[in-house]
Order: sequence, then C-alpha cells, then structure tokens
Amino acid sequence: MKITSEEVRHVATLARLDLAQDEQERLAGELDRILEYMDKLNELDTDGVEPLSHAVDVVNVLRPDRVVNQPRTEDLLRNAPARDDDFLSVPKIIE
Amino acid sequence: MTTNPCFLSIHELHDRLRRRELSAVELAGALFARIDATDDAIGAYLAVCHEQGMDAARRADARLAAGDVSSKLLGIPVALKDVLLTDGVATTCASKILDGFSPPYDGTAVRRLKDAGAVPLGKTNMDEFAMGSSTENSGYSITRNPWNLDHVPGGSSGGSAAAVAAGQCIAALGTDTGGSIRQPASFCGIVGLKPTYGRVSRYGVVAYASSLDQVGPMTRDVTDCALLLQAIAGHDPADSTSVDVPVPDYSGALTGDVKGLKVGVPKEYFAAGLQPEVEQAVRTGIGELEKAGAVVTDVSLPRNDYAVAAYYIIAAAEASSNLARYDGMRYGPRAEAGDLTATYMKSRAQGFGQEVKRRIMLGTYVLSAGYYDAYYLKAQKVRTLLKQDMESVLSGCDAIVAPTCPTTAFRVDEMTHDPLQMYLSDILTISVNLAGLPALSVPCGFDDAGLPIGMQLIGKHFDEGTLLRLGFAYEQATEWHARKPALPLPATSS
Repeated sequence: MKITSEEVRHVATLARLDLAQDEQERLAGELDRILEYMDKLNELDTDGVEPLSHAVDVVNVLRPDRVVNQPRTEDLLRNAPARDDDFLSVPKIIE
Repeated sequence: MTTNPCFLSIHELHDRLRRRELSAVELAGALFARIDATDDAIGAYLAVCHEQGMDAARRADARLAAGDVSSKLLGIPVALKDVLLTDGVATTCASKILDGFSPPYDGTAVRRLKDAGAVPLGKTNMDEFAMGSSTENSGYSITRNPWNLDHVPGGSSGGSAAAVAAGQCIAALGTDTGGSIRQPASFCGIVGLKPTYGRVSRYGVVAYASSLDQVGPMTRDVTDCALLLQAIAGHDPADSTSVDVPVPDYSGALTGDVKGLKVGVPKEYFAAGLQPEVEQAVRTGIGELEKAGAVVTDVSLPRNDYAVAAYYIIAAAEASSNLARYDGMRYGPRAEAGDLTATYMKSRAQGFGQEVKRRIMLGTYVLSAGYYDAYYLKAQKVRTLLKQDMESVLSGCDAIVAPTCPTTAFRVDEMTHDPLQMYLSDILTISVNLAGLPALSVPCGFDDAGLPIGMQLIGKHFDEGTLLRLGFAYEQATEWHARKPALPLPATSS
C-alpha cells in the first residue's frame, strides 16, 4: 500500500476537503494505484539533474507601484455569498 | 443569403461582410439559430449570450458601414471556453464551486478578440477546471461528439471543439495544459493550436496548472488558426509570464512552400497501443508532407514514456495550490457549517467534483512533508530531462510530426471508471506542455467508424509560424478539413 486510509484523512484535512467515508475509501484505492504508477519515475537516474519549475526562461518582472484600476466595490461584491454593507461577511475567525 | 454561413471560414466571411453581402447581425443570428437547433443534442454550450452577441454584431456592422475593414475578425462569431473570464457573463469553469460567478472583467485573450470586433456567442462546456480528457468531468452536463453522438468530444476544451465542428460558431478559444486543445481538436476533426508557453497572456484565465496552461485557437482550417493566433498573441503586462518577443505575421507563413523543412518522426510516438487506423492515417499524412518537399527523418524521444507520471504530479501539485482560493468566502456558494474551518471544508467538498478532488488530494499528498522529494522534486527533475530530449531533437529539425492521440474518440462512459487509464490517453500531448513548446493538431483522416484522426506538429519555442506553414501546406494537399459531420438534426434556416 502506497497510501493508507489514515493518510487519506490527513491529506483531506490539509486540503480542506470534508470527504464522506465512502469517498475516502474510493480515493484511497484510486490514489494508491496512481501513486504506484508514479513510482515508474524511479527508473530514471536524476542524480545531478536540476529541477524545472518553468519551461521558458523568465526573470523577475518589475513595474512601478502605481494605482491603475478604479475602485469597483459593487462589481466585486456582487459575487459574495454573504455581505454586510461594503464588506464580505465571513464566519467568526478569532475566538 | 444563399448559403448557410455557419460553416464558412473567417477569411470567407470577412470578404462577404466587407462587401456587405452579409451583415454581422444576420451572421450572428444564423449562428444563434444553429445553436438553438443543435445544442440540445450536442451540449457544447454552458451559456449562450444572445444579448451581448447581438450588441457586438451591431457594433461590428456600424464599423463596417463606416468603412472599417482593418480587422479580419470584425463581426466574426466566436465561442469561448468557460475557463476564460468574460465581463458580466457567467463563468463557472464548469464547476459548481463557481455557480453563479459573474466576472468583473475580461481576460486579456477575450479582450483582444472583442477589440478586434469578434462577436462572442457564449461559453463552452469543459472538464471542470480543465481537468479531464473527455468533457465528462463537467459539473453541469456532458458534451457529445458531433461526428457520433455516442462518443465524447475529447477534453478539456470539448465544448469549444464540438461547437467548431458542428457549425455552432466560426472559431473558438480553448486552453491546453496537457493536450486540452489538441486532443479535442483531433477527436472532432478540427484544427487546434497550443501556443508556446508565454505566447498568449493567461490574465483572466482560471488557473489550473500555471506553469503549463496556455490559451489557443480552435478553428476549421489553418488560415483561420493563424488569424485567431494573431489577435491573441503578444506580451501583456498583466501576466508576468507572458514573454515580450515580437509577434510575427502568422498569415505570412501560409505560403504552401515547405521545401527543405526537416520534420522528425519519433518512433516512440508510434509505439504499441496506437490504433492501427491512426498510425496509417498519420503515416500517410507524413507522406504528403514529404511529397510537398519536406525532408522526413527518424528521431527518438526515449523518455516520453515517463511524461504521464511527471505531468500528473506537477499538474496536481500546482492545482492543489491554485484551487485553495475556492473557500466559499468571496465568491461561489458557501455551505454553512459552524466554524470557519468546517465551512471551508464543507463548501469545498460540495463544490468540487470527483476528478478535481482526486487531483487536489494527489497534489496535496505529493507536496506534503515526507513525500515532496520522492514525488514533486523527482517529477521536476524528470521534466528537465523531457525538455532536454525535445530540445535536442528540435535542434536537428524544424518540427516533430506524430499522432495527436493514440486513438479516435472513445465512447461516452468508456473511460470514466478508470482515472489512470484516462490519464494515460494523454501520452502523446503532455511532453509539449512540460517543455513549453507550441504544437498544432490538424485533421488527417477518419477511422473505419467515421471518427476523425489528428496529426500533431510540434515546433520550437515561439516558432508557431513553421507549424502553421506545414499545417497549411498539408491542408492544401488534402481535403480532410473540409468534411463536415452529418448531424442527425433538423436543418437550420439559412
């Protein structure tokens, strides 16, 4: 087994996913098979190979810190699931 | 109007619009009528925007009446994959977690098409968050292949591909993270181009795997593909990964002359598992390129077999990070569940579909303490090797030619029970994304069941021109692109 049910529960918590019991069990089996396939990569010798995170050579892009957009409070808040005047309303964050 | 304009090309329509033989409003009306008549059967669109489309058509007519014919896209009806943000038009990425989301701005590619005078018809269906190869992972409905409604259109840009093939738009935009433009183009018998990473701005594109995602054109011929690419390509200050290199005149590459161009045929792309009709059609296609004067040479990409594993680790890792933003706080539905963490967890569990959860879980796992080096770092190193392999082959030839997919379109429900099998079907498209290269899929035949086959041309960074040159010459020598599906549907008025 590459991944246990306990690990699936732990990863689901890290990923903030409230998975039902049957979903956890199904995912444990599927992820186990997928991860087993991923082990194929160990056939390749990658000693001394640099990891690649970006396919095209790019450097940091800097720009002046200038305000270019106008406030669009209504446009942004129209998608909010809950609002209070001009604020997003969220569950209590600090006890 | 004497003929139904829904299947005409951009360049043909531009002439008719310019000569005022057809108005942009008439053209948009014909497309909306075609969508109304056919989309119950196909399901290409998630949202059709009659009002915005007709407004844009009226504005195009005003420009045409004033003698403005500078833009070839003026008055041309286009479909937009639902991953692209559209100001004031619902954008869900085919996910329930964005149900009802109305973006406050246009993505750059959409903005550029609108500025060029294109007429948006609607938002096309896709695999949720672009995760999938069949459009069956949509949170809303499936899309069917216009060539045979029992088959999938491919994915994740399946709605865009089906709409182009079925005459429900003149051209469309898709996105390609691991083959999501080229594979559905192949399955639906149309032209699809995945540009070089950085060629087209990703600003206003819902992120899946940011180091791999790219926007590109889906059209019925190569000439239209060049026109659409021209409109969307180029540096954008709003996307710091878009690259500031000059955009050439892509239509200028359509000379028909490919004499002396060297194309490499990688033997690993013709390995076991390839449907025999696919191999035959692509080899015949390569023969056509040779007849046109291209020099064909055997090449090797020995480590392509490792691309699927590397890709699904990297893409899942990036996705798990990108999709952290969907928490039910700022947009999308919120599931009430007491405290903050429980609200996050329930909102996400209810909003995401199975494949998205699977990839978030996989990505979170490979990035988690104890597994990062074994999976994520290892995959990034393999990515380096795969990119080196591609670059080494392309240093000796102008393009690589291969099948786009190992098979033609599979049946609806055929692959849904086996996620790994679905991943493996991407084997011929994903190295291109890992290496950031451009690649074009053109129609090159049909299998015995009448389903389309695609031939893939892979080029050097920022050398889309050579791919279009080869694709155009191939298209001139064949007639596959001119075939249209005979939909078992009521005829539309013309």
